[in-house]
Amino acid sequence: MQKSKAMAAFSPRKRGEGALAPARKKLKVPYIFIFLCMSPWIFGIIIFTAYPMIASFYQSFTKFNLIDKPEWIGLDNFHRMFFEDDDFWKAVWNTLWISAISIPLRICFALLTAWILTKPKLGKNIYRTIFFLPSMVPTVAASMVFTYIFNPAYGPINRILEAIGIKEPPFWFMDPKWSKWGLIILGLWGIGDTMIIYLAGLLDVPKSLYEAASLEGATGWQQFRYVTLPLMTPVIFFSFVTGVIGSFQYFTQAYVASGQVNDYSHSMYFYATHIYFSAFRAYEMGYASALAWVLLVITLICTLIILRTQKRWVHYPNGSLFK
Amino acid sequence: MSNVLSHLSAEKVAEIELHSRQARRKKRWRDFLEMVGNHSILITFSVIFLMPLYLVFVVSVMSKGQAETRSLWPSPWVWHNYVEIFTAVPFLKWTLNTLFISVLTTIGTVVSSVPPAYVLSRLQWRGRNTTFVIILGTMMLPGQVTMIPVYIIFSRLHWIPSFLPLIVPSFFSSAFSIFLLRQFFTSIPDEISDAARIDGCSEFKLMMRIVVPLAKPAISAIALFSFLDSWNDFFGPLLYIVENENLWTLGIGLNQFQGIHHVDRNMMMTASVLFMLPVIVIFFFSQKVFIEGVTLTGVKG
Repeated sequence: MQKSKAMAAFSPRKRGEGALAPARKKLKVPYIFIFLCMSPWIFGIIIFTAYPMIASFYQSFTKFNLIDKPEWIGLDNFHRMFFEDDDFWKAVWNTLWISAISIPLRICFALLTAWILTKPKLGKNIYRTIFFLPSMVPTVAASMVFTYIFNPAYGPINRILEAIGIKEPPFWFMDPKWSKWGLIILGLWGIGDTMIIYLAGLLDVPKSLYEAASLEGATGWQQFRYVTLPLMTPVIFFSFVTGVIGSFQYFTQAYVASGQVNDYSHSMYFYATHIYFSAFRAYEMGYASALAWVLLVITLICTLIILRTQKRWVHYPNGSLFK
Repeated sequence: MSNVLSHLSAEKVAEIELHSRQARRKKRWRDFLEMVGNHSILITFSVIFLMPLYLVFVVSVMSKGQAETRSLWPSPWVWHNYVEIFTAVPFLKWTLNTLFISVLTTIGTVVSSVPPAYVLSRLQWRGRNTTFVIILGTMMLPGQVTMIPVYIIFSRLHWIPSFLPLIVPSFFSSAFSIFLLRQFFTSIPDEISDAARIDGCSEFKLMMRIVVPLAKPAISAIALFSFLDSWNDFFGPLLYIVENENLWTLGIGLNQFQGIHHVDRNMMMTASVLFMLPVIVIFFFSQKVFIEGVTLTGVKG
């Protein structure tokens, strides 16, 4: 269903149809030109996508340390992953935990910040700039800054929290129970790029709909719930899908932050971290490939499930996903 | 209106006028309250969003001792940190490395993404839609799946450690950039191309002389995005250049800060400020391009 919908959206604009058609000269398709133009992409996809996918699929059934030839070991990597590797389960748990909390939170927060940005008449550009700015900060810098300012000993944030009456503020990145919350706050701080998409969606909602709703006596909340929200579902859906894909690959922030604070209990050890360590610290390329393929399969399944639910809650005014 | 009013007594008219004036005043009062409410929410959020940037800045101009005291205001202001950072660590070299990689990556992405986007949006050919679906599919593919064989290719070529693994792939198109450009190219009316074709304009000329100039906003957007992506990239450099200190980028250098023992926390923040400053400056100068680009890729309608 989804596929056919998407395909319909991609179908070429029917050219030369209608009254003018016979008059228009039929143009020859310049296949050589098309091939030349597409060639960077064609070679790119062969060298950097197709071949590596096949190779890593094969390697996932092997023991491979980069120097010796890969040695076929069948399903051993997968057996090890599911039954012998505690770090794997730790990583899976952490990743699922942060996805389950941060994806909905990010959607709500992006919607909220975008929504309040539609309110002011005065100074709206200043507010937009301020809200957007943090998402520009390089990830490494942002992660370093956060581990510093949230440090319980010398970071100013806990001092501010104490000043506003929080007696015992958490130890954030130093405390395994709170470190993931630190990462979530770091993520929310950089919400800007998602927020801009939401803002564009909100500004697209026709004013007449709100006028009609308020004539019917709808309150502010009801307008939001029954006018704004349904029209925003395509944007929410889009950021949901990209959010899932992104958070399964969550790496840099956690890597930098755990490097800063010595995360002994592995509270910031995520799935992508596990792949990285298996491949480039332990040089177990076969095992890391197996991990990567499991990630791919899980990502695919989750995306397909979300796509399946789409019909039930996503509302497309034009009836298609793409313009 | 006066017709209606003439039927009413003078007192009645006065009363109505009073009521409407009161209503108007009430409404104005309500609008005012709403405005105050909105702005106080917005200002609260602004303070929260700016707080980390403020804190990193003040710590960056603190003395080493003060940076460990949780103070919120520098005293004295040690501007010297911004000089010292260049001698304490090879900061200039990191910056130049990062800049070099980012500029070449940007050139590569633009040069190799415009032509595919052009033929995908402005020409009709068999397999076009399949190709586009594949491109969208590769955008969803987790990089981890291809990472290891690609690493092996580069290591067989003896390109590790070097900048090449970071730069060369950008010359083979970026799915995201093709997608963004295609969205924009399709919005340019076909009649322009048809007219040029009838005049005997070659397809290549048509792309370079007519469509590319019209698509300047989208091209600037992908240039900007690929520059920033590369400037902010951490994982790529972590794989390919971390072994050779001379090749370190800002991200890697900053992350390895702790390992360099004579560098202190205040200096770490100084370096962070210098790392994000170019990005923020770029953002202020190109806000429009930027926001247009982001919304172009976000599914709208």
